[in-house]
Amino acid sequence: MFSNSYIIRFVLVMCVIVAVVLAIMSSGLSEIHAKNEAVFNKRAILTSVKTFLPKPLESMSDAEVEALFKDRIQQKVVKLDGSEVTGVVAEQVDMAKEKKKPEADRNLPLFIYKADDGKPYYILAVRGSGLWDEIWANIALQDDFNTIAGTSFDHKGETPGLGAEIKDNPAFPAQFVGKKLLDESGNFVSINVVKGGVSDEMHDIDVISGATITCNGVQEMLKRGLGYYQNYLNKLKTAG
Amino acid sequence: MAEVKEPVKQEQESWWSKKERKLVIDPLLDNNPITVQVLGVCSALAVTTLTFKALIMAISVTLVTAFSNLFTSMLRNYIPFQVRMIAQLVIIAFLVTVVELTLKAAQYPMWKDLSVFIGLIITNCIVMGRLEAYAMANKPWKSFLDGIGNGLGYGAILIALGIVREIFGKGTLLAGSPFELKIIGPSADFLLNTQNAWLSWYAPNNLMVLPASALFLIGIIIWIQRSMQPKLIDVS
Repeated sequence: MFSNSYIIRFVLVMCVIVAVVLAIMSSGLSEIHAKNEAVFNKRAILTSVKTFLPKPLESMSDAEVEALFKDRIQQKVVKLDGSEVTGVVAEQVDMAKEKKKPEADRNLPLFIYKADDGKPYYILAVRGSGLWDEIWANIALQDDFNTIAGTSFDHKGETPGLGAEIKDNPAFPAQFVGKKLLDESGNFVSINVVKGGVSDEMHDIDVISGATITCNGVQEMLKRGLGYYQNYLNKLKTAG
Repeated sequence: MAEVKEPVKQEQESWWSKKERKLVIDPLLDNNPITVQVLGVCSALAVTTLTFKALIMAISVTLVTAFSNLFTSMLRNYIPFQVRMIAQLVIIAFLVTVVELTLKAAQYPMWKDLSVFIGLIITNCIVMGRLEAYAMANKPWKSFLDGIGNGLGYGAILIALGIVREIFGKGTLLAGSPFELKIIGPSADFLLNTQNAWLSWYAPNNLMVLPASALFLIGIIIWIQRSMQPKLIDVS
């Protein structure tokens, strides 16, 4: 039989050893983890303009992704009222944290990608709620600030085969290409995710069967999230 | 006394006798943790949508079972009986964290994809079950082999499920890894192009993407295994 003091000593020594080893390992690898995370996010942003990249994203190494991102992407942070924020890097804006702030205080990341032919694409980040948890997307606009050039979606915990199709099924993000955010008179109307067939070719996309709540979330996220950028984009439009 | 000592000595000298082989092979077939003991089913349903995901999970669990068995067995005479579960849990949690940190550094997208399921290896019934049932009462080398065997038995079922679910659900094999194969799908770079007239009836089976399909597949495997091995059938 073991005495109480032995038990306490045993547990303490064991926990201390484990804690020290894990702490060393965690801090030793933290640099690699941070780098991996940055590359992962860069890939997600570049996915929205994947048809305009010099070569397919899947075949690019991590170093190539970083180099491309550095060469071709200009980063900006803007606010709801259309002003630009200095001193913040768009890549480091944590959208999950921004979501908790009041709308007027949120930092909105904006990435401007220059394609091979010199044409700029404006990549906007949006975040909303799906069925189970958060969903988010990067939306690339052409330089008319109206036509969608590409999208990439991701989610935290949507149902595989249903809500998760926004990411897993390439046909869903592809539906957005060529759709318009503004109506003929230039008012912001966003994109509608509709059931039973697309009636308005300009602004509608088809819902995923069995994922109504996720798709409603996508529609709400786009309307709200893209709306935040309108003041800044209008400013760019009148300036350019 | 001398008679008793003799066989013990022989056993220690042999590192890879029939007994050791049985430790590794038994959990693959007649004592499989998933199909016979029906442990670890929760993660088998969740992480088998893609073969590569199942493979990574299988490797992670095998490492955790093998080394937690080894460490527990080495410490088995020092672990106080009253707190043995806590001590085992510390060892398992330690190894799972090591695996998670390594995976996050080596395969970040896969780590992101597996998300909570790597952490949930801690609660995988197979790991704790082997510690309680085997490692607490056996020598380190044998416990290590027992851990390898049970990890592989779990992994074999996982990979089998992953292959079936990925081919029929997505039409690919090993997607996400550098060895991706495109088997069946609606474009020319797939092995079987469903745009061809004779295959145009084919559509991916959406059920295969859902966790329920893994349960059906495990059921089928159990059925086949038991009809081939009548001794596994529980008569009670």
